[in-house]
Amino acid sequence: MLKVESIDVFYGNIQALKGVSLEVQEGEIVTLIGANGAGKSTLLKTISGLLKPKHGDILYEGQSIAGKAAQMIVKQGISHVPEGRRIFANMTVEENLELGAFLRKDKDGIRQDFEKVYQLFPRLHERRKQLAGTLSGGEQQMLAMGRALMARPRLLLLDEPSMGLAPLLVKTIFRIIEEINSFGTTILLVEQNANMALSVADRAYVIESGRVVLSGSAEELNASEQVKMAYLGGH
Amino acid sequence: MELIQQLVNGISLGSIYALIALGYTMVYGIVRLINFAHGDVFMVGAFVGFYAITSLNLGFFPALLLAMVVCALLGVIIERIAYKPLRNATRIAALITAIGVSLFIEYGTIYVRGAQPEAYPSTLLPDKSIEVFGVTISSQSLLILCTSIVLMILLQLIVHKTKIGKAMRAVSYDSEAARLMGINVDNTISATFAIGSALAGAAGVIFGIYYIKIEPLMGIIPGLKAFVAAVLGGIGIIPGAMVGGLALGVIEALVSGLGYSLWRDGVAFIVLILILIFRPSGLFGKNVREKV
Repeated sequence: MLKVESIDVFYGNIQALKGVSLEVQEGEIVTLIGANGAGKSTLLKTISGLLKPKHGDILYEGQSIAGKAAQMIVKQGISHVPEGRRIFANMTVEENLELGAFLRKDKDGIRQDFEKVYQLFPRLHERRKQLAGTLSGGEQQMLAMGRALMARPRLLLLDEPSMGLAPLLVKTIFRIIEEINSFGTTILLVEQNANMALSVADRAYVIESGRVVLSGSAEELNASEQVKMAYLGGH
Repeated sequence: MELIQQLVNGISLGSIYALIALGYTMVYGIVRLINFAHGDVFMVGAFVGFYAITSLNLGFFPALLLAMVVCALLGVIIERIAYKPLRNATRIAALITAIGVSLFIEYGTIYVRGAQPEAYPSTLLPDKSIEVFGVTISSQSLLILCTSIVLMILLQLIVHKTKIGKAMRAVSYDSEAARLMGINVDNTISATFAIGSALAGAAGVIFGIYYIKIEPLMGIIPGLKAFVAAVLGGIGIIPGAMVGGLALGVIEALVSGLGYSLWRDGVAFIVLILILIFRPSGLFGKNVREKV
């Protein structure tokens, strides 16, 4: 479904990604784990069109989307839940969700998806008239995910959905990620919480200072000494 | 009664400031730029209205509409040519460019049509005096006030109820997140310049009807005062610009009413200094620290 082919991405003179390649098949949950500053978010931003790769290509369903405008990529079915949620705090929950469906014109479909999102996140329904800035961290994460789902994506990019959340909430969020996936949405998940990420993922990539250093099925990586040492608390 | 009379004058003048201030504040809200050419867009609006009335024999509302359309286009052209290439440049570069654009429009206008002033025809709107509780209000200033209020309500509807308005709010809050929603940031910024400039164009025509005399440098002082009004209300906040404009108009009228007409312009800038010292985020602003 998605194929990233040895891309190089720069911030000014600093190279953030060095020949990164990765593949996501339809229906999978693929996770990308790595330390702070390894280039995980950069990769997602490049896929969703916020950054342009200098070399290499990104293929989505066989077509190149590298360097295309972000709105074109959303239109083709890729939604990105950014790191830090980035909800519109000065607008209501409902308005945030409406913005998620910005490019859609099918009113009936949008209404259905509102219901789906409220079913998935009942808290959002309770707070739909509230300003998004007044939500708790977990609710904001749910809103950010719900907002992305309003575009009816086929591929969902999730950047650190567990960041700053209490352990119980992290579990809830991951259960919902699996639920979203079970409806047929393919997921590329970036996480620092490697334990949780590997527990839901089919396959995983490990990224270190801008390079993919390891990849394989989630079980393989879970068992790998290298990953245990670096990301799973090393016992 | 004299005081109430001044108050009415102040509100009329203030509604003109408010219309111009809205453009300042909307543009600042979305691209963090003080568009110093905005006062000159107001001037162009006044001239378009004047020529529409005198040469094309249009009435008040068609002339107003034409001025708004021309100014909207002008605003978009200014943004695309002068500001868009500088979107990632330092703020000071954009600010200097804005001053350059301002001078270009002022002296470009003088080059094209000369520096001589023009007078709006006074017969355009019926000028009867209406007496309410001993206060005389001219029907003209009443109409002007109503026009401004209708435009401001229209703006609120656009910003809160339409898709482009929601896009504008999203981009001004977080343009990167807005892009992830599929919002075209460039088009949204253009729309913001178009709407803000259209309001300035309307203010130009209203100014011409109210004060008769227009000339190519007429945008400087009202432009600066509208800037003060925008800061007074809290720059980037739309209701703030409306209230700031009205408040500034009333303050000026009261100062004149107390017999210090010569201090009128000075007071506006004293207000600016005071607000910057005591409440830099403006009346409606929250103290938000800049994101690093």
